[in-house]
Amino acid sequence: MPQSISSIWVYLSASPLLWLTATLWAYLGAHWLHERSGRNPLVNSVTIAVIVLIVVLLATDTKYDTYFQGAQFVHFLLGPATVALAVPLYNNLAAVRRMFLPMMAALVAGSATAIASGVGIAWLAGADLVTLKSLASKSVTTPIAMAVTEQIGGLPSLTAVFVILTGIVGAILVTPLFNALGIHDKQARGFAVGLAAHGIGTARAFQVSDVSGAFAGIAMALNGVITAVLVPVLARVF
Amino acid sequence: MIGAFSLFVLCQLVGEVLVRLARLPVPGPVIGLVLLLGYLRWRGQVANSVQQTARRLLSHLSLLFIPAGTGVMLHIHKLKAEWFPILAALVVGTTLTLIVTVLVFVAVARLTGAPASSGK
Repeated sequence: MPQSISSIWVYLSASPLLWLTATLWAYLGAHWLHERSGRNPLVNSVTIAVIVLIVVLLATDTKYDTYFQGAQFVHFLLGPATVALAVPLYNNLAAVRRMFLPMMAALVAGSATAIASGVGIAWLAGADLVTLKSLASKSVTTPIAMAVTEQIGGLPSLTAVFVILTGIVGAILVTPLFNALGIHDKQARGFAVGLAAHGIGTARAFQVSDVSGAFAGIAMALNGVITAVLVPVLARVF
Repeated sequence: MIGAFSLFVLCQLVGEVLVRLARLPVPGPVIGLVLLLGYLRWRGQVANSVQQTARRLLSHLSLLFIPAGTGVMLHIHKLKAEWFPILAALVVGTTLTLIVTVLVFVAVARLTGAPASSGK
């Protein structure tokens, strides 16, 4: 490598600008592909962008910490975006009130299924104890899931990975699965994907409709709270 | 837009402070969401700029998960070693969760006579 190019690389690799730019362009490319595919749920923009970025980071021998120095500006916006969920929620408040009972019933059943099925299946398939503990809160939003895992003695950073992967799986499955089951109710579909697949599921729901997105946002918040209470209690019992 | 964004960040900030003061088991932004909802209900309406800023932010929600998602690279060894139980738990577990949640929602809505929204 000529001297000038290598000194430019030294500058870029130490500056947050490079990985911030890479994150935005990886997303734009993935989003473009998603639109081109006719918004096919299998062409998931988070998955594509993450794969592209990991390949680039491994190829350039860049550490995740260095990458995150730049990407943190995007990551930070998760907080304000969560707060902003109040707006579609307010817009759909009348529908939410009417659906109070179905939501509560689906919340209890869904939350219990999420915890029991994830841990149960991994246990049957022979996962070790740390993995099981880290899987328990996989369906809820990252900050809650990591706190819960820490409390019961799992690996919080592994939980963060499971949370992201669960979100991607949920976002990909939801549309074909519910079409196959013949369930077209936007409220029910949104609530289910928000409960099972937290923010990534909610992002998917907003791509489909504002109503689905509002119900997904509520389900995400409610499941976060109930899981934070349930998992530590269950962990003590077992 | 800056005004609306400042409102969201303020709600988040107050949320973070409340979570620490009251030792709540919930992240600060979730309390911020509740605070903003309370504010909007008190106002009785949503300003245009707040409506638009929220829509813009939420229509690209996927982007915001990419930095955390890239963190998968930190655990590639663990994922390789236990790929089968992990994959089974994620795919089968998430499928079951989606099905149970949606069926209970629809069934209880029908039982209580709550009006379902139709169409896709």
